[in-house]
Formats: sequence, C-alpha cells, structure tokens
Amino acid sequence: MSQSKKDETIKLIPGGITGPKTTIVNKTGSWRTFIPIFNKEKCNKCGICGIFCPEDCITEDEEGHRHPDYDFCKGCGICAEECPKDAIEMILDSKEG
Amino acid sequence: MSSVQLFAPGHTACAGCGMPIAIKLILEGSGKDTIVVSPTGCLEVTTTRYPQSAWGVPWIHSLFENAAAVASGVERTLKVLKRDANVIVIGGDGATVDIGIGALSGMFERGHNVTYICYDNEAYMNTGVQRSSSTPYGASTTTSPAGKLSFGEDRPKKDLPAIAAAHGVPYVATASIGYPKDVINKVKKAKEIVGPKYIHVLAPCPTGWRFDGEKTIKMAKLAVETGLFPVYEMEDGVITKVKKIKDRKPVDEYLKLQGRYKHLFKDDFKDQVKKIQEIADKNAEKFGLDR
Ligand SMILES: Cc1ncc(C[n+]2csc(CCOP(=O)(O)OP(=O)(O)O)c2C)c(N)n1
Ligand code: SF4
Ligand SMILES: [Mg+2]
Repeated sequence: MSQSKKDETIKLIPGGITGPKTTIVNKTGSWRTFIPIFNKEKCNKCGICGIFCPEDCITEDEEGHRHPDYDFCKGCGICAEECPKDAIEMILDSKEG
Repeated sequence: MSSVQLFAPGHTACAGCGMPIAIKLILEGSGKDTIVVSPTGCLEVTTTRYPQSAWGVPWIHSLFENAAAVASGVERTLKVLKRDANVIVIGGDGATVDIGIGALSGMFERGHNVTYICYDNEAYMNTGVQRSSSTPYGASTTTSPAGKLSFGEDRPKKDLPAIAAAHGVPYVATASIGYPKDVINKVKKAKEIVGPKYIHVLAPCPTGWRFDGEKTIKMAKLAVETGLFPVYEMEDGVITKVKKIKDRKPVDEYLKLQGRYKHLFKDDFKDQVKKIQEIADKNAEKFGLDR
C-alpha cells in the first residue's frame, strides 16, 4: 500500500449514465405496418386502449377522447383488440418518401 | 397514460410485448419515489439502449444473476444515508427462477425491505427463446424443441412463489397483465409491507410464444381463465386471496392460439394436451379456483 494518505475517499467510476425518458428520440412509429384509426362516435371514453398500450402513447383530450401518438405507435393492435366498443380499426399504413 | 408518466415510449420492445405493459403497471403501483434494479434480459436491452433510457425513475442494471444482491445493497445504503425510497427489482424469469435464485434466496433470508417482481414470459427471450425452469410443460423452445420424438418441454413450471413463501417472507403474490388493477394493487400493497416481498407477473411474449401481438392481453387472460396460471396472494405463508374463475375454459382454447404448442395438436402428441389439462385441474383443486 502507498504511504500517501492524501486521498482516502473511495471514488466510484460509474458505467453508463443516461438521462431519464431519453428514448423519446426513437420514433418507433416507423416500425408500423397497420395503423389504428380511432372512431370518436363509437368511443365511450373508457380508456382501456391507453391502459394496455405497451408504448403508453395514448393521451386523453379535454373531452375524454383518446389519441395515439403515431410517432411511437408500433401498430401492435392491442388497443383495437381490447376496445369494448370496436371503436378502433387497424388499416394498412402508408408512408411517404 | 397516467398523469405522471414514469416510463417513456421509444423503447424497442417488440410490437405487442407484454413486458412494457407490466412495467407501466408496476410503476403506477410503486410511484415516483422508486429505485428499480433490473438484471439482463429483454427489459434491460429494450428500455436502456445506451445512451438512452425509457425510465423516469432511478434505474440500475445488475448482472444477469445478482439483481437481488444489488437491490439488497441499495436498500442498506439508503438505510445508512437515512433516506427513504421504494426499492424494487423487475427481472425476467430466467434471471429470477434460474440464475438469480441464489441471490434472491439470500435477499429473502436476510430480510431486506425490497419488492422483487418477476415478469414471466416463460423463457429466455432476449437470447432467442431458450427454455427456463419457468417454461411450461409441452412448450417448444429452441432448447426444448418439438420434433418427431419430442413434445417440447418435459418438465413442469418451477413454483417460485411457493419457494419464496417457504423463506417466510411476509408477502407473495401472482398476477397477470390481463388484470391491470390487480397488478397495480398488489405492487401498492407490497410497498406498505416491511420486509422482502415477491410478486410473479405473467407477461406474454408474442415473439417467443408465437402469436400475433394484438392478442397479448387475450393470452394473459386465457392463461388465468384456463387455470394454468393461478392468481393469488399469500400473507405470512398462508393463501389469503384467490382469483376465482367462472366456467373455467379447457386448456386447448389457450394452447391452440400459440405456435409454441402447435405440435401438440398432431396425432402423436394428443395425450400431452390431456396432461396439460390435468395440470390446470390440479391447480384448480389446490387453489380452489372454480367459482
Ligand atoms: C451470466 C450471464 N449468462 C448469460 C447471459 C446472456 N443472457 C442475456 S439475457 C438472457 C436471457 C434472459 O432471460 P429472462 O431473464 O427470462 O428475460 P427475458 O429476456 O426473457 O425477458 C441471457 C441468457 C448473460 N447476460 N449473463
Ligand atoms: S422477445 Fe418477447 S419479451 Fe422480448 S421484447 Fe420481444 S415480445 Fe417482448
Ligand atoms: Mg424470460
């Protein structure tokens, strides 16, 4: 052991540290083949779609209607499958460019 | 989306994966003053692709085998620093039921105030669907492949909740993402109990189980409705609550929807479906599932 006592503090060198919720730069909407289309007339505002969304990307507006964020929606179709009012339809997505 | 979102989109779990649904529900129950420890697995790989993280709470990565030991250290450090936080582990079945079981047993035995939550997708998914001791009887995986002479996994699922309870921990529960309020409530309840807690959450994997991603919640419910995945609570080693099932469904309604069980519907292996039905019937008897 070295005789020097000048630094007895243990210094931990952490591995990777990343900022919270920084994955939002990944626009996983580009993965989508089918896109969910929400029908306001049929929706009873229960919010089940949002509870089960694996991306947690469905928000509620002032009237209680739900809107998926297509930047992140991977088109899994769970919302359409679980909607008790059949208010969500999955259709083939089309992309520009 | 809840009012305070603690888990961001942009993670790279497969479309329709049950694991991020489990994470969302767990964080809803545990709240913002939570520190999460996670071992290697799909959760780690898809939510913390360097240099990004989907987590809105402090999250630390352990090795594959030692999440419970790292969480024990976090809990003790908080104690020394006289600071308070809800320490939880969220780990896969391989990490929990197989390689991490020694560290987990130590965490239980030393009495750490940690909630250990296993998200069970019934195989090592992140490395390409290898069997774990949580893979159910009859399922085909890359290391229990079905073929001419093999009907897939030939051992029953290891009963980790019972092993946890045998340590004398105050709270053990099972849950399925098909019943979101139940998952949230069990995590909330665990938070209020001092000591080691264990929660085992079924989180179907469309990729490994081979079904279309939109059916994830259906699968999470059918596993419970057939009696193959009993949902219950144990307090101080005694079963205190069981999710009862009205008109329990035959197991083939669950099995036939999944590619991992496809071979069981060929003539050669028909008897195996009967064996799986017997597993469900035994569960029903043991836990009093039938209403
Ligand atoms: C000691 C060690 N062995 C093997 C691995 C490779 N490995 C990484 S993830 C994984 C499987 C994880 O399975 P599970 O815990 O069930 O989580 P899942 O991926 O299914 O969500 C394996 C074997 C590792 N990281 N460390
Ligand atoms: S392999 Fe399975 S558990 Fe892993 S991210 Fe994909 S669906 Fe989820
Ligand atoms: Mg797994």
